[in-house]
Amino acid sequence: MIYRRLYNYPTASFHSAFDQLERMRRQFDRLLGGESGTSSSGIGSGVFPQINLTEDADKFFIRAELPGVKTEDLQMQATSKNLSISGERKIEAEGEGIRYHRREREAGKFSRIIAMPNEIDPDRIEAGMRDGILTVRVPKAEAVKPRQIAIN
Amino acid sequence: MTDQDSKELRVKEKKELSAAAEMTKPGPVFTPSVDIFESDHDIVLLADMPGVQADRLSIDLRDNTLTLDGEVKPFEGKGEEDVIIEYEVGKYYRQFSLSEVIDQGKIDAQLKDGVLRLTLPKVEKAAPRTITVQAA
Repeated sequence: MIYRRLYNYPTASFHSAFDQLERMRRQFDRLLGGESGTSSSGIGSGVFPQINLTEDADKFFIRAELPGVKTEDLQMQATSKNLSISGERKIEAEGEGIRYHRREREAGKFSRIIAMPNEIDPDRIEAGMRDGILTVRVPKAEAVKPRQIAIN
Repeated sequence: MTDQDSKELRVKEKKELSAAAEMTKPGPVFTPSVDIFESDHDIVLLADMPGVQADRLSIDLRDNTLTLDGEVKPFEGKGEEDVIIEYEVGKYYRQFSLSEVIDQGKIDAQLKDGVLRLTLPKVEKAAPRTITVQAA
């Protein structure tokens, strides 16, 4: 298991070894009807879109929910340390003589820079958009991958 | 009613449903954001349901109640560890009661880029008929 300390991540409080347990506890509370729709406390930079960042041994995965955003309205750039996602969500006008009963979906621009916990290789990034979910596969830089050390 | 100038999108926490009925599968249940509007011929519903594929979405209309139920697969692949998790993933569920009578045979549903477009045509009102009386 790789435990991480994200010192430069906005609003990240002290990570204890119990972080995963915290998340599980919240999920159990939901199951048993304890919490009722309160927002998650703690992690969250408050910038749209919300992302989930996961990793395995040689890649990071970034996922964001962007329903209704077309690939031509989405731009992504990367350096060896950051990934930036920006774009616009458009909602088409529907025509004349339309009466709205409800309007909850929002349209607008968004832009976010995500600092990666380790150095990455920006030339080999792959990104795909499917069913409104953006998945970005970000390979870690070679120098940063863990190496096995032989013990004599 | 269109916004002419693009504003910045802000984070909206996913609205979670404190379930009235117990779900058979455990997991969070979210309320999708919807736009509902009507024209002269039909009622159109647009719902944001990212991650739902067409075969995991069930749309039910009975007793003037429309139920949307979309299942989402968990995103973590094998061997992936969480670093930052800002949103949870779970199914989408919402119910509406319809006041108009809908022509069920002509309902059209399109799911594209995680947005469901549901077109419900209104039943044409019965034209008035004159009834001839026959002398027996």
